[in-house]
Amino acid sequence: MLTKLLSGDTPRSPVLAVLLIGILVCLALAPFLFPGVRSVDTAARICIFIVLVASYDLMLGYGGIVSFAHTMFFGIGAYGVALACTHLGRGFDALLVGSVAGALVAATLAFVIGLFSLRVRAIFFAMITLAVASAVAVLVSQLSAITGGEDGLNYRIPRELTPAFKFADGQILGARLNGKLLNYYLIFGSTLLIFLLLLRIVHSPFGRVLQAIRENDFRAEAIGYRVVYYRVAVTCISAAAAALAGSLYAIWLRYVGPDTTLSLEIMIDVLLMVVIGGMGTMYGAVIGATIFVLAQNYLQALMSVASDALTGLPVLPELISADRWLLWLGVLFILSVYFFPTGIVGRLRQRRR
Amino acid sequence: MTSSPDHLPTMARSSLSDRLAPYGPILILVLLVVFGFLAIPSMSSWLTLTVSGLAMGMMIFIMASGLTLVFGLMDVINFGHGAFVSVGAFVGVSFLLLLQHMTGAPSLLLNLTALLVAIIGAMLATGIMGWAFERVIVKPVYGAHLKQILVTMGGLIVVEQLIIVLWGPEEIYITRPEALKGAITFAGAALEKYRLVAVGIGLVIFLLMRWILRHTKIGLIVRAGVENGEMVEALGYRLRLVFVGVFMAGSALAGLGGVLWGLYQEVITAHMGNEVMILIFIVVIIGGLGSVEGCFIGALLVGLLQNYVAFLEPKVALISNIGLMVAILMWRPMGMIPVVKAK
Repeated sequence: MLTKLLSGDTPRSPVLAVLLIGILVCLALAPFLFPGVRSVDTAARICIFIVLVASYDLMLGYGGIVSFAHTMFFGIGAYGVALACTHLGRGFDALLVGSVAGALVAATLAFVIGLFSLRVRAIFFAMITLAVASAVAVLVSQLSAITGGEDGLNYRIPRELTPAFKFADGQILGARLNGKLLNYYLIFGSTLLIFLLLLRIVHSPFGRVLQAIRENDFRAEAIGYRVVYYRVAVTCISAAAAALAGSLYAIWLRYVGPDTTLSLEIMIDVLLMVVIGGMGTMYGAVIGATIFVLAQNYLQALMSVASDALTGLPVLPELISADRWLLWLGVLFILSVYFFPTGIVGRLRQRRR
Repeated sequence: MTSSPDHLPTMARSSLSDRLAPYGPILILVLLVVFGFLAIPSMSSWLTLTVSGLAMGMMIFIMASGLTLVFGLMDVINFGHGAFVSVGAFVGVSFLLLLQHMTGAPSLLLNLTALLVAIIGAMLATGIMGWAFERVIVKPVYGAHLKQILVTMGGLIVVEQLIIVLWGPEEIYITRPEALKGAITFAGAALEKYRLVAVGIGLVIFLLMRWILRHTKIGLIVRAGVENGEMVEALGYRLRLVFVGVFMAGSALAGLGGVLWGLYQEVITAHMGNEVMILIFIVVIIGGLGSVEGCFIGALLVGLLQNYVAFLEPKVALISNIGLMVAILMWRPMGMIPVVKAK
């Protein structure tokens, strides 16, 4: 039953299994284990990034296609929900319409970009997505009449998902029984569902063909698979999943803006999560996203403390101040591509053999 | 006695479209200029826009040419190319700020000397940096596109952040040298002096590059290497060394482009390389990866189109480049002048 649910992809490493179960339990019981606004917020961010990173890994790790437009798809999903909530009024139907429309638009856009670039060379895709993503980001901040420009959009989600709604009095283990709790479980449940779905896709015959194409596209073509079709299809699926992650993010935050959904910085975060966790393994997305979001939330504070402690020295405090977070991410990124191309999950599985 | 066969071979001229095909890219450029002339009501604004489009195109060309050659020669795609643009701009501007007494003086000669010093400084710095970048970042990932894209992107982030560490996070505003400020009037159109200088520098670089590629031994090796690298190595040339040289030259050119671009915008930020990078990619893709001529024409197309459209319909200008790219790729999926055979 469990094997079936995981599509036959068991962790294959005791350490990894323990880690994954730990993460699952922590996320499933987060509001009760770690009560507090900030920690629940972190847990929700982890969930959302798991979906985003897993969908990216589907494209990068399984399809072998580098895209820089993943935050664009993420943003399309988020803006889909935001616009639907703004124009259709407060209700679950607006959330549904927004999410579905966002996913469809993202998939269509991915289809068009894919048709133009993937039929020639896969690396065109990386460059073209970078260009398109930046154009979309500029468009979103310019068309302020529709998107709210740089300020973004604030909107109302159904009352049942907000802290104002209480379905029972009292607290359980410090967690208030309000709409925010329901909202968290909506996100957690959707994450679990989408993740298992992606796992299913990866281990389907379709996923096998993708891996064959990643390893040797020429040979895959020779065996009789139309490489372009498979590549375009995987970008569409991946884009739709990313858009759904964006929708979840929009539902959780009740706000969208260019910085929170479309910036290149998120793209880099996602890249790093995939590489750290392990390309080409769905579990890598879980591990990568968890470690990264935790580090982002708690390590940055540590860095600023260290920087303050070193004031007076030349350059050094400047180098480790919290604003230079990205610098160290970049270094870490390069090193992990060189030395741990298979990431944490790859390492753990390797050791066992 | 045998009679000659009836079906004599005929020497048919190839069709007009076949004969025109090699000139297609240039024809598009001419068409675009003519279109601009027809669409823009006043002659003088057309002239102003054309000159500024050419200036912008030349600068993009300078920055993009290195990238396209590096790709053609070694199949290396460098997403960190924008880093050289930023570093070039920052080093060049630092020189200009140091030489303020020269740039502030109203003498053209002194101004140009200062500009030259800044350009040489920037090119040296980015050339050396290119060498280091090739050594540390690119060399370990030869032959693996996926890793190249990831690692060079990481390199771009690191360099960008280091610039912030060294020069501070604020954008730096600069003024152009005294004699290059303002505009001259020609046929009723105001032409900014600096843009004319940029066009001049761009043309010189293009012609020099063309001359090196066509008429020198090293150019021959580079062109042959783009065409078929293995064969060149089999003939005994160490293509790796040539490649490092081309990488350094390309980085230095990006640095030069950075100085020019910084003075053109009159403000530099650590993220400027990243922003220019997008234009560079568009140019390289529509030109055809590996082709210097294609890159040149592509850059001019992008520059001109952006200026015309910004004048005619400002909102559309944001996506005009993407539209251009889509149109060109529909016409020729490998870019206007495809050089690199699918490796």
